Amino acid sequence: MINFIKENLPNVYQLGLFGDQGWLTAIGQTLYMTFWGAIFGGFLGLVTGLILVITDTNGIKENKVVNFILDKIVSVFRALPFIILLVLVTPLTRSIFHVGIGVNAALVPLSLSVWPFYARQVQVALTETGNGKIEAALASGATFWDLIGLYLKESRSELIRVSTVSLISLVGLTAMAGAIGAGGIGTTAIVMGYQRYYNDVTLLATAIVLLIVLIIQFSGDKLAKHYNHK
Amino acid sequence: MSEAVVKLENINITFKQKKQIINAVKNVSLEILDGDIYGIVGYSGAGKSTLVRTINLLQEPTSGKVSIDGLTIFDDAKKINTSQLRQQRQNIGMIFQHFNLFEEYTVEQNVAFALRHTKNEKQKLLKPSEISNRVSELLDLVGLSDRATNYPSQLSGGQKQRVAIARALANNPKVLISDEATSALDPKTTQQILQLLQDLNKKLGVTIVLITHEMDVVKEIANKVAVMQDGEIIERGTTLEIFANPHEDLTKEFINVATGVDDAIEKIKHQNAVQNLKSNQKLVELAYKGDSTDEPVLNQIYDKYNVVANILFGNIEILNNTPIGSLIVILSGTKNNLKNAEKELEQNGVVVNVIKEGKVSD
Ligand SMILES: Nc1ncnc2c1ncn2[C@@H]1O[C@H](COP(=O)(O)OP(=O)(O)OP(=O)(O)O)[C@@H](O)[C@H]1O
Ligand SMILES: [Mg+2]
Repeated sequence: MINFIKENLPNVYQLGLFGDQGWLTAIGQTLYMTFWGAIFGGFLGLVTGLILVITDTNGIKENKVVNFILDKIVSVFRALPFIILLVLVTPLTRSIFHVGIGVNAALVPLSLSVWPFYARQVQVALTETGNGKIEAALASGATFWDLIGLYLKESRSELIRVSTVSLISLVGLTAMAGAIGAGGIGTTAIVMGYQRYYNDVTLLATAIVLLIVLIIQFSGDKLAKHYNHK
Repeated sequence: MSEAVVKLENINITFKQKKQIINAVKNVSLEILDGDIYGIVGYSGAGKSTLVRTINLLQEPTSGKVSIDGLTIFDDAKKINTSQLRQQRQNIGMIFQHFNLFEEYTVEQNVAFALRHTKNEKQKLLKPSEISNRVSELLDLVGLSDRATNYPSQLSGGQKQRVAIARALANNPKVLISDEATSALDPKTTQQILQLLQDLNKKLGVTIVLITHEMDVVKEIANKVAVMQDGEIIERGTTLEIFANPHEDLTKEFINVATGVDDAIEKIKHQNAVQNLKSNQKLVELAYKGDSTDEPVLNQIYDKYNVVANILFGNIEILNNTPIGSLIVILSGTKNNLKNAEKELEQNGVVVNVIKEGKVSD
């Protein structure tokens, strides 16, 4: 096996597993950026999506001003291409992490990019709950937080589904961040595969990203199905 | 003496939309007494839901006063505070046309949802064991004990509505609002749900407000009825009064659909005897209630005036143990005798409604 790799994929072998440019290091960095990007961006997106739904007309905390402003902010951030965002927030990133780029610094633009994308999808998922159920809950004497709980539980399966989509797009974004030096599989593919014409490296990098995406998709589908009783 | 459990006074509700103002409810007052099953009938858009949703303030009136069980919960845009309102809502159950069950909650979780803030005799929140006991009790009451761990998607429409009823009754409400609760169900299931509502009314004494667009439903279980049109209540009374002696055209229309008289008239109009009605004949509908059913009034008009009644259609409804009858007959006799016969009938409490007169040119 090792010999086969040595002979047929010399550059892949040369990168090794653990070094600065090792494959496992790169995979670890990609997963690290995906994970924390999903945590921060996901949390912001979920809260934003919820606020958009409850402040909407006939929502449980109708508020036209908040709804209007938040809606516009989300639209603007969604419209920004990731690569522009990457450049745009570098000063902000520098002030938080004292470096311009790297796995931690990349978390800022990654979270900021996932946030509006996810917020919109959460908004759609929650809206599907429908006014009827909310009314029935209100009629039974539910509190504000009961209603929030109801929203989340009723759309649980749909939320998992949109989280899967967002997570996959986040993996793509980490690769792009990698392209400008954030680290991870993206950096490996650009620096080694593309710039040095190491085609075997490009191929393996592609396969790894594909595998990560497939695992996310598969687990997401399974979970969404498990939680769907509609 | 019964007390007003629900008292609506001078309720107005207007919706402002971009260009137009919709007066959905216009100056409606309504008193519903303890133990009533109060039907509210009207066509789509009449304002039934809007009116009834003020009872638990899902809809706030633009003006007017809402009192529940003697407590004013809304008075000209002043309402009780949020936590008081939530408390009040525990006192008012509601069921809907599309059930509105929580689909990711099991049957028992659906019912338990309504018990989250319920207090026991010691004014403490219910413990999980108390909640689960109460849930079993309620599921027993609606006959769904064996479905506790099912999800709503595994139930039939009728079963879903039973779960919704259990949820609505969780806190022993004084009032149960039913907004078209049987409209999505087939006739047989409708009967069963209406039967259940009637049983619950008897057994628990819960007052029921029953919105429907079918007089049939009212006839089945309501003791009182109000007819709504364009945001107003145009006629109201006991079901018996209204069925025996409706005044408004719309009310008559609803009743005739419910009793099948409408259908009958349509069919009868095509019969030869009716198409070629003679000048000494009249096609009439006779409506009567109670004792006049037993009196052989038709014999009487023959004996006295020699007017012959040829019965084409007959229907008797029993409402609160009182028969309400409807006959469609052709009366034959001389002009004067026909007039006298009609008078005689009316003196006997029969409402005579002429559908068609014979051609004079005979
Ligand atoms: N939230 C709202 N905004 C604007 N107009 C409304 C609103 N709710 C109801 N209306 C209007 O008020 C009128 C009465 O509606 P409502 O739903 O009370 O009728 P309904 O008698 O219950 O009819 P249905 O049998 O179809 O349920 C309708 O003209 C409707 O369009
Ligand atoms: Mg309605």
